[in-house]
Amino acid sequence: MSLLDSKFNSGGVIVTKVDDLINWARLSSMWPMTFGLACCAIEFMSTGTSAYDMDRFGMAPRATPRQSDVMIVAGTVTFKMADRIRRLYEQMAEPRYVISMGSCSNCGGPYWEHGYHVVKGVDKIIPVDVYVPGCPPRPEALIGGFLKLQEKIRNESLMAPKAVQKLMEEA
Amino acid sequence: MDSKIQYQYSPDNLIKSEPNKYDLDNLKSDELVINLGPQHPSTHGVLRLEVLTDNEIIKEVIPHLGYLHRCFEKHAESLPYNQIIPYVDRMDYVAAMNSEHAYAMGVERMLGIEDQIPKRVEYIRVLVAELNRLASHFVAIGTYAMDIGAFTPFFWMMRDREHIQRLLEWASGARMLYNYIWVGGLFYDLPVGFEDRCTEFINYLKPKLKELETVVTDNKIFIDRTANVGVLQLGLAINYGITGPMLRASGLKFDLRKVDGYSVYPELDFDIPIGEGKMGTVGDCWDRTYVRVLEVHESVKIIEQCLEKLKKVHKRDKEFDPQALVPKKIRPKAQDLYVRAENPKGELGFFFRADGKSDIPFRCKARSCCFVNLSVINELAKGGMIADLVAILGSIDIVLGEVDR
Amino acid sequence: MSFDEIKSIITNQFGDIIISEDEKATPKAIEIAAESLFKTMTCLYEHDQLYFDMLSCITGLDNGPEAGSMEVIYNLYSIPFDHHLMVKVNLDRKEPQIDSVSSIWKTADWLEREVFDMYGIAFNNHPDLRRILLPNDWEGYPLRKDYKHQDLYHGITVAHEDSLKKEEKGEA
Repeated sequence: MSLLDSKFNSGGVIVTKVDDLINWARLSSMWPMTFGLACCAIEFMSTGTSAYDMDRFGMAPRATPRQSDVMIVAGTVTFKMADRIRRLYEQMAEPRYVISMGSCSNCGGPYWEHGYHVVKGVDKIIPVDVYVPGCPPRPEALIGGFLKLQEKIRNESLMAPKAVQKLMEEA
Repeated sequence: MDSKIQYQYSPDNLIKSEPNKYDLDNLKSDELVINLGPQHPSTHGVLRLEVLTDNEIIKEVIPHLGYLHRCFEKHAESLPYNQIIPYVDRMDYVAAMNSEHAYAMGVERMLGIEDQIPKRVEYIRVLVAELNRLASHFVAIGTYAMDIGAFTPFFWMMRDREHIQRLLEWASGARMLYNYIWVGGLFYDLPVGFEDRCTEFINYLKPKLKELETVVTDNKIFIDRTANVGVLQLGLAINYGITGPMLRASGLKFDLRKVDGYSVYPELDFDIPIGEGKMGTVGDCWDRTYVRVLEVHESVKIIEQCLEKLKKVHKRDKEFDPQALVPKKIRPKAQDLYVRAENPKGELGFFFRADGKSDIPFRCKARSCCFVNLSVINELAKGGMIADLVAILGSIDIVLGEVDR
Repeated sequence: MSFDEIKSIITNQFGDIIISEDEKATPKAIEIAAESLFKTMTCLYEHDQLYFDMLSCITGLDNGPEAGSMEVIYNLYSIPFDHHLMVKVNLDRKEPQIDSVSSIWKTADWLEREVFDMYGIAFNNHPDLRRILLPNDWEGYPLRKDYKHQDLYHGITVAHEDSLKKEEKGEA
């Protein structure tokens, strides 16, 4: 980042805020959990391959939720899968984020009217940070979603961590 | 933003919604149940396998489906015939053009306009369907190699698939779920210059296919992992209703494009590869993969012939309107119809019942090839090891959108 | 082998078992009663001139509460002889029951489970009749014409808010 370039030229000493440093470290290496449900999973896989390459953003897919930072819900969420999604979300360690990819997980998608077994949006089960629209979203759109999540993380602060903030709001 | 979370947790949610066949009560002391749960690193999708083993040898595999049941048949009973095409796409999402082709053929047969479809439209349909067959087999072989443990073929296959997706995006507007083949014609004609770009792509692809064979099917490690594993006898395959490359790998020369001869396939010249047990037994996992590789070669031949015909015989014409025969109201007479077509994964069939009074089907059932092909996994995996189960599951080539519809 | 020849073999074997035939269907269809299904299917599979070795599709169909009947439709195909046949069976809607053909064709196992899941048609002698696509604690059989989805499942509303608003406006 340009912050580093300029600072390294002045004797190898950087002065920054702890917030900025930690946020930068976190957003540059978000590890998504491979959680492809349906068609959006194929576009997610295409984003990981050489044409669009999400590894250059630091995103290396991990199979297990215990070692991942972000869960990309790619595809239609059904009622049978709802319990499992909640369990996987709970298994992720904080700080954790959720990107809802595609219209099926945003709001039920093309199945909203007659789909009796489709959950109308994954935000009825887990809290979502970024919604990426599309059916399926192009890989560029998904990368745009990552960048938006990175912006969101850049604005976070250690002084008011998310979990404690939520508890304070509920109290 | 307020939280919209409505989910209520209760401790027996999971076991009530999908009970296991084997619980602690009915297990013997040396048996072990392993759950290959709906989320797993292999790229097939949300399939849950409950595996009963005696610590390494599998005794029984119980698949649990339905994690992606998206109610296709309910939508098909509530929407007009032409509005169902996007839902047909989303069933087998890696080979959407083939599914659309089968559906459109069925509705046209019901309406009786099947013979009036212009030849140019039919050739374009076969061209995009075969391009999509290539894309589907690339995903199948690439992800299968990744399941076995080889990462490189996956990246190479996806790179080649990108080119196909870009060509189809140029023709139809979308990368994966096209809504291009309409009942009675096509959405739009091929763009100017498509034939030349496609020929360039085919010439680029041919040396890549040789590379594919070197790195996957002739690879010693791949052969050791897949030869003699998951042998499917022909009689058992037919009884289980298996179709597609799985059936051909067990030795039967049966391809619906030749048997039924639908669309313009009778005018094209191609061969049907079958499994011969070159590296092991007839009908093992290596054979299934090899049949897919050979089918890629055959599809390349078909694409070249289609491009020739489209450039020389059924040429581009300013007055040509691919939507000329698309009916404004699709109201077939009252009848039952079963149409079947050769998808890359097997026989995709649609059963229609039209009641003659409305433009909404009374019943439309999708006979999905992956659903039926998956039912044989217990027979194949019994007596093998858990690593073999992964190899067998990959060679069946399932797409969960079609299994669960 | 033509449709008439297939019909004549069946009538020679079992007598007057075919209730009606549908020449407009593709492939042509015969209708038989639920009681004679199993023996007809066995004959269709084992007879050396018929030999329908592939069961392509089993479809369930609901004619609605007014008509009061449900149907199960079998699509058969013979690979060596290249002939098709459709077999239809009419069932009563209140307590639909029919024999399972999974001892003849193993593919019928899952196909019949799916028909049971969507319509509630019970198959006698089925090795393992339980829901396959929907969760085990789902209420109702979705593809029936008079199906109303449940309001909540594990706390989550089943319908979309816009559908609920449409219903309110429609009723109001």
